[in-house]
Amino acid sequence: MTTTPDELGERAEKELDRQKTFRERLHCCTAAGCQSCGGDAVKAGLKQRVKDAGLEAQVEVVGTGCMGLCSKGPLVKRESDDALFLEVKPDDAQALVEASPSLSLESRRVDMKTHPFFAGQLRIVLANAGKVDPERVESYLAAGGYSALAQALTTMKPGDVVAEVTKAGLRGRGGAGYPTGVKWQLVAKQVNETKYVVCNADEGDPGAFMDRSVLEGDPHRVLEGMAIAGYAVGANHGYVYVRGEYALAISRLQTAIKQAEKEGILGARVLDTNFRFQVEIRIGAGAFVCGEETALLNSIEGKRGEPRPRPPYPPEQGLWQKPTLINNVETFANIAPIISRGSAWFSNIGTEKSKGTKVFAVAGKTKHSGLVEVAMGTPVRQIVTQMAGGIAGGGKVKAIQTGGPSGGCVPEHLLDVPVDYESLVAVGSMMGSGGMIVMDETTSMVEIARYFMEFCMDESCGKCVPCRTGTVQMHTLLQKFCDNEATEADLDLLKKLADLLRATSLCGLGQSAPNPVMTALRYFPHEFAACMKPAAKGVHS
Amino acid sequence: MSAKVKLATVWLGGCSGCHMSFLDLDERLIELAARVEFCLSPLVDTKFKDFPEVDVTLVEGAVANVEHVEMLHTIRARSKLVIAFGDCAVSGNITAMRNNFTVDEVMNRAYRETCAVVNGVPVGDDIVPKLVPKVKPLHELVKIDHYLQGCPPSADRIWELVTALLDGRAPKLERRFG
Amino acid sequence: MSVKTLTIDGKMMTGVEGDTVFTVAFHNQVQIPRLCHLGGVPDVGACRMCLVEVEGRSKLSASCMTTIEEGMVVRTDTEQLREYRKLLMELLLAEGNHVCSVCVSNGNCELQDLATHLGVDHVRVPYRHPRREVDLSHERFGLDQNRCIACTRCVRTCDEVEGAHVWDMAGRGEKLHLVADLGEPWGNSENCTKCGKCVQVCPTGALFTKGSAVGEMEKDRSFLKYIVYGRERHQWVKKP
Repeated sequence: MTTTPDELGERAEKELDRQKTFRERLHCCTAAGCQSCGGDAVKAGLKQRVKDAGLEAQVEVVGTGCMGLCSKGPLVKRESDDALFLEVKPDDAQALVEASPSLSLESRRVDMKTHPFFAGQLRIVLANAGKVDPERVESYLAAGGYSALAQALTTMKPGDVVAEVTKAGLRGRGGAGYPTGVKWQLVAKQVNETKYVVCNADEGDPGAFMDRSVLEGDPHRVLEGMAIAGYAVGANHGYVYVRGEYALAISRLQTAIKQAEKEGILGARVLDTNFRFQVEIRIGAGAFVCGEETALLNSIEGKRGEPRPRPPYPPEQGLWQKPTLINNVETFANIAPIISRGSAWFSNIGTEKSKGTKVFAVAGKTKHSGLVEVAMGTPVRQIVTQMAGGIAGGGKVKAIQTGGPSGGCVPEHLLDVPVDYESLVAVGSMMGSGGMIVMDETTSMVEIARYFMEFCMDESCGKCVPCRTGTVQMHTLLQKFCDNEATEADLDLLKKLADLLRATSLCGLGQSAPNPVMTALRYFPHEFAACMKPAAKGVHS
Repeated sequence: MSAKVKLATVWLGGCSGCHMSFLDLDERLIELAARVEFCLSPLVDTKFKDFPEVDVTLVEGAVANVEHVEMLHTIRARSKLVIAFGDCAVSGNITAMRNNFTVDEVMNRAYRETCAVVNGVPVGDDIVPKLVPKVKPLHELVKIDHYLQGCPPSADRIWELVTALLDGRAPKLERRFG
Repeated sequence: MSVKTLTIDGKMMTGVEGDTVFTVAFHNQVQIPRLCHLGGVPDVGACRMCLVEVEGRSKLSASCMTTIEEGMVVRTDTEQLREYRKLLMELLLAEGNHVCSVCVSNGNCELQDLATHLGVDHVRVPYRHPRREVDLSHERFGLDQNRCIACTRCVRTCDEVEGAHVWDMAGRGEKLHLVADLGEPWGNSENCTKCGKCVQVCPTGALFTKGSAVGEMEKDRSFLKYIVYGRERHQWVKKP
């Protein structure tokens, strides 16, 4: 089947008309967070109630992606008044479906426009979360889906698309913040019949689930971004590399690819044009290092997931030595809005060097945890104290951790640092992919440093000497601190090893593995000192 | 004439091979005896209890049991210079090969599985000093001033190091490891 | 092919486009320390011993994987590099069970020689003493995992030169280890041609000829020339 760009609009109209026939539409979160606390049962309960009450023509129950406030799931949103209900149980079905009064339900209702968790957010990447049914392409079309792809294919040259992304100032959301447009240019200018577009969905940082939510809640958005990228750089083949642990994301993505192929949105003639674009999924087997782009490429090729030395960089020699564009899920999710609404709109959001928004997965000891999307430049403090509501039970924030095992901690007195690539690096942390772990006064920073080093030690592929052996030795030293057995000499050795790993490791995993230790040492040296035993019996080496 | 330099040699968890190599100094021992006072050495006396204040101690062997730990700390406290004498002292070497096993595995192997003696694994503190869980080279416990590699270090290497220390110059040792 | 001129350690040197910094330095009598590099088989940049400073680059570069550029300024022997190499060597020595005095390769070992060259007189990090296997199932050769430094020279040589691909790495991190076929005892390997190339290229005593007593096994260095010769004449061409 083919779908022309015009037909795309008609399909969207038709779906919107269908949606308008309902008196009420109830959006149930079906992402992993709400599923894990009984979201499926709530959705089934609502559907059953609709059927029992004979209201099938008036009330529609829709499964949607993550609405963000994961700690209060299962979540249900009522479309007619944008009311969000927290911790919904199957027993609430009657009150929701038949709009019958329920004091209990009312006490769990929040207004998304005024609730502090939502009020400060700016949703571009997550715009469709809680709105679109990830398992129905029609639902995505009704929200304007694939119109950006149609626009690019019919009104823009590939070079125009690259220029638009460059002008928008979008930077890689995987963590390092490389300018996306520049990367696209590098791939576009390669002369080669075969090029690839790869979506890095091997989200592995502890506590991070931004990409997971996007894939679970809005998979077509990612496919659209990849197709636009393919058109822009001259690639006909895309791979999404998803970690095997994300079963739901994989299944939604598979459904989305099938639907898009059936509709002629992906395949030999994309939207009835001469552009050919296919997408395949590759499932990771649980190695963190495969989130590193060159290890990811090796894994797709069926080799051991070990990083390759760079240069050559993937835009020159990537997958099977061919020019390859690798972007993160969130980066691709930004593409369609940039094309639809223009680079000027996008570049007006954010700071001078960091444009647009960033999704964070806020976890830890906060009152609310879940996904927030904020404009770049938003102070971290606003996210932690306003949106996440500070520490649950009223404790004091000690520090936050961003960037996972590659990032570092930001102490409380620096929480006014704005969310942008340069500012976070300046305080010793990094943007990272978007994990944000909030710690209170009871957290031991030495223990946190040890935890992240253990993570890196377990996840090191072992190819290069400093990462394979250095992480083990650093972990042993940090364990000594945790056991109050460390000496001055241990501290000295810890610093030497940190420097060695940073300077000599082959890939980002090893180079950044010392970061959590170094920031903890920088901001909380007294905690390390408190873990040392007095150097009574001479010094080591 | 100034007082003779006070020298001690000790062996911890080692095979005594380094001390045998020391004896290979042969006639140079006479020259050495003219310049140093042998305060304590297993070659001449095994009593350790009253370890004297000395200038230099050559320590052979790794730290393998609780007695070694105590001795090494005493040596460090009473010696101006402590030399890691031979590979066991420097790296653990053969002595540390038991670190791949637990102490229980090692004791069972030595006293039950491979031995005709029926008494089994020795118990109590006064018979055989308890083994430490992991054999360690000296520098993991105390500060070491010079490392003399070799299994064993040759007599020439020993001579060069000792005479350099006596002459107050930097030793010119051919580099080696292991 | 164009000729490129660069400066290595203050000396002007020339090489052909595509040459690596390591190779050009080597041909000009500048020996950069290395363990995983082996002339004649593809490089992997794993041991990090051959890291050099390249002016204008913020990160250190593995000289075996860095192709030369016109006007490049390279430093191979700064105090900082020496300290990094020394600590890397100590990490390697502490990682396995490198007991030189009872090793077949004692005195004929690249790891030992390099440790000596780098001035390692003791190891500052604690020894790990891992429990590792010895595989003596092969009729002619043995594999002692205790001595393996995971340089993968044997893996690459067996794959690229002998074409048998017996060896591979399994596990990750500290548990990384060499496997024959899919984890079979070496003696059961149906792919092994018993050629012994892996034994000759092994920098340590991990792969050895059976019957050598301690310190007795000398590797046949002329073997390496044979590999380089074949490579230069494209008798073995890397698969695309």
